[in-house]
Amino acid sequence: MHRVLQQPFKTAVLLLVWGWLLLLVLTPNLLVVGASLMTRDAGSFLALPLNLDSYRRLLDPLYLEVFLHSLYMAGVTTVFCLLIGYPFAWALSRIGKQRQTLLIFLLIVPFWTNSLVRTYALKLLLATNGLINNALMGLGLIDEPLQLLYTEGAVIIGLVYLLLPFMILPLYSVFEDLRRELLMASHDLGAGKLATFMHVIVPLTLPGVLAGVMLVLLPAMGLFFVADILGGSRNLLVGNVIKNQFLDARDWPFGAAASILLTVAMAVLLFAHRLSRRRLGDEEPAT
Amino acid sequence: MKHWLPRAYLTTVYALLYLPILVLVVFSFNSSRTGYRWGGLSLQWYESLFSNHAMVQAMWNSLWLALAAATVSTIIGALTALALHRYRFRGKRVLRGMLFVVMMSPEIVLAISLLALFLLVGLQLGFVSLLLAHVTFCLPFVVITVMARLSGFDESLPEAARDLGASDFTMTRTVLIPVIMPALLAGWLLGFTLSLDDVVVSTFVSGPSYEILPLRIYSMVRVGLKPEVNALGTLLLVFSLTMLILSQWILTRSKR
Repeated sequence: MHRVLQQPFKTAVLLLVWGWLLLLVLTPNLLVVGASLMTRDAGSFLALPLNLDSYRRLLDPLYLEVFLHSLYMAGVTTVFCLLIGYPFAWALSRIGKQRQTLLIFLLIVPFWTNSLVRTYALKLLLATNGLINNALMGLGLIDEPLQLLYTEGAVIIGLVYLLLPFMILPLYSVFEDLRRELLMASHDLGAGKLATFMHVIVPLTLPGVLAGVMLVLLPAMGLFFVADILGGSRNLLVGNVIKNQFLDARDWPFGAAASILLTVAMAVLLFAHRLSRRRLGDEEPAT
Repeated sequence: MKHWLPRAYLTTVYALLYLPILVLVVFSFNSSRTGYRWGGLSLQWYESLFSNHAMVQAMWNSLWLALAAATVSTIIGALTALALHRYRFRGKRVLRGMLFVVMMSPEIVLAISLLALFLLVGLQLGFVSLLLAHVTFCLPFVVITVMARLSGFDESLPEAARDLGASDFTMTRTVLIPVIMPALLAGWLLGFTLSLDDVVVSTFVSGPSYEILPLRIYSMVRVGLKPEVNALGTLLLVFSLTMLILSQWILTRSKR
């Protein structure tokens, strides 16, 4: 006890931080878990008895279809981000240091700017009488404007556009750490380019890939405003379902269960990420 | 591999990333109402923006909120970073883990959990609920920024201060705070920007008594296209960019 008195500053700081996190992070999340187990009530949002009905309803064909469609769009978004981002991060890590600083800066800009405004900016390009249609018709390639907006493709384009930097940055950081000697060693040991890529580069960059996947896949299911602005009513994300249940339909137990779905997905990805890093740590202890 | 290939690839991706922003900025000066055809240079959308009373009010509300959220999260975040850096205490790993999870978890998960809390304790949705929520999601980013600064710091200085009889508080004030000042400023600017741009969390925890800018934009862009949004978006982009450049400048200058 006397240590507490000796270090009033330390005690105060720790109390403040723990207090904040327990009150505004832990308690709210426990509340959501609790809410997901309760029953819907018109007056007070939630009521007893406790049951698993909300989780069962996640499997209701109506919602299951929405969830699978959302997962599909998020999956395609993640694959595109990876396909674009992987070579991008590689190329970026091979460029002169001076230029790299500027290019990295250009990648962080989106993180600092309003994602809503940038989603809206895409609308200017994709609309029926938007820039892309105007350009294509001007070139005589099409006679009628294409329906680009309010499609699945528009939502995926929007998600890739917003989330690509979040894939590139962790990849860039693993490529930065990738030592050239390892590639040369692989070459000297007689490995071809493909073998080096498969057996050296891919395993070493795997933690970056998983971090990127996590940073893209989860928001891609949650960013409801992208689906709202670009997708129309048929291309909903899990985020739209959660938002509707909480703010419009007022079915909290169901909204909470849908949100826990996202949390579980995050936990699985975090675990995979840790595992991949630990494996690397075991195989290559001295760095 | 050919030398021009990686470069051409990088250039293409950057061009695609910046094309929509460029279009938005150009069209904000377009006089044509329909929005897609160029009708000549004009500042009318900026004018109509500032003559809209509710819009100006929402701007002020957002600015106040961002100012408060950035300040509170910088204070708590900096103290947390100092504690994590300097002290041994039980549950340190758990604390780090929680901050990491807050940063990684989808915003919507944080949003509904906070909404549940606020309604349970009967807090009226408005400035206070927004502030608590914004501080919570800004916190981990401030902690990381300050921790990064502290990790490259010479440990003998605080020890010397302690040996000379300075209390923990005095040592923090006179030695540590000056060292982490650039990180504090950078963290503050990041928090300010994150708060100003947030849509997801604010959608859930704001009430009619305190309308903020992102939500106003959201309700404007859901249906159709509004030229005023081009102007507003451009202003926001310029503002955020200024903050980012400022923060990078502070951080690089302090490294020398």
